[in-house]
Amino acid sequence: MGKVVVITSGKGGVGKTTTSAALGAALAQGGEKVVVVDFDVGLRNLDLVMGAERRVVYDLVNVIQGEAKLAQALIRDKRVETLYLLAASQTRDKDNLTPEGVEKVISALAGAFDWVICDSPAGIERGATLAMRHADIAIVVTNPEVSSVRDSDRIIGLLDSKTMKAENGERMEKHLLLTRYDPSRAERGDMLKVDDVLEILSIPLLGIIPESMDVLKASNVGAPVTLADDASAPARAYFDAARRLKGEPIPVTIPGEKRGFFGKIFGRKAA
Amino acid sequence: MNLLRFFSRPPQSAPAARDRLQVLLAHERASAGDADLVTKLRDEILRVIAKHVQIDDDKVSVKMDRGEKVSTLEVDIEIPFDAAKKRAEAAKVGAAKVGTGKKAA
Repeated sequence: MGKVVVITSGKGGVGKTTTSAALGAALAQGGEKVVVVDFDVGLRNLDLVMGAERRVVYDLVNVIQGEAKLAQALIRDKRVETLYLLAASQTRDKDNLTPEGVEKVISALAGAFDWVICDSPAGIERGATLAMRHADIAIVVTNPEVSSVRDSDRIIGLLDSKTMKAENGERMEKHLLLTRYDPSRAERGDMLKVDDVLEILSIPLLGIIPESMDVLKASNVGAPVTLADDASAPARAYFDAARRLKGEPIPVTIPGEKRGFFGKIFGRKAA
Repeated sequence: MNLLRFFSRPPQSAPAARDRLQVLLAHERASAGDADLVTKLRDEILRVIAKHVQIDDDKVSVKMDRGEKVSTLEVDIEIPFDAAKKRAEAAKVGAAKVGTGKKAA
């Protein structure tokens, strides 16, 4: 059985979809068989970020309603052979997601893939709770900013109470992924530091993704950032996060920490 | 002045963010599942007072101040002068006439 991972945050716009695409692609680039599933019914975007928007014929709701077979709805990535996408419906609403239907689809996917990455919608409503319900691992995407941290705390509470794991008395494995981190602003004391967020949320750190133009550039062209430019700072951070997710003991480096003399002088206006 | 500003460190905002979050989340975690505590307290306190004194809904203010160690719930109710006076008179006359006092709905 593959691992089911939910990418969640509570707050919108913090980088869930970017992370789903980048982590999914990073795992697949390492040879793992991966499917990324968009749970944002009505507002799908994972297809667009992954550059598959013109190839969506059937979606998650079609599969749940029995209008299409799972194999028909899976879209294979054109760049990485082992990467697949299951899109969300754009025309129907989230009421079409039934708990039984979601369970059936997720368990079928977990049987066929090494990793099932569920891209949760924002909020704490039906779509978000169904996306996390069958997860083995949760990745909480957080920006170093007060409203994002507060919402993440709320989501962590839900992960510990409303998921199958929690209801069965098991412990949900949770990881923090800090995105849009700007080391120079944190250094100046105008952005929450990594340690501040870790102390407040107290879940283990999976990685730190630096604020970078490369993320927008990648979504502009419809490629996960790890595929668009695999040497860019955010891509390297996602590759490391993917390896940690697989259990490799790679120390987390805080971006910008090793900045040299010239970096200190000229690096302030970076990104 | 500008020279002073150039050499002194500008005030940092991140410590404020951290402190505010720590206080807020401590409360939100503690009251999970009982998110409407303030509403409940307000309603019950008002019901008790309304049994004895007629009060105007617009003249009630309820404030909550969440501190790191202690929180305060401040209930400020304006009691109309004549209601209070009537009560006092009724008390003087004795138990027999209490029934004429205003009764709150």
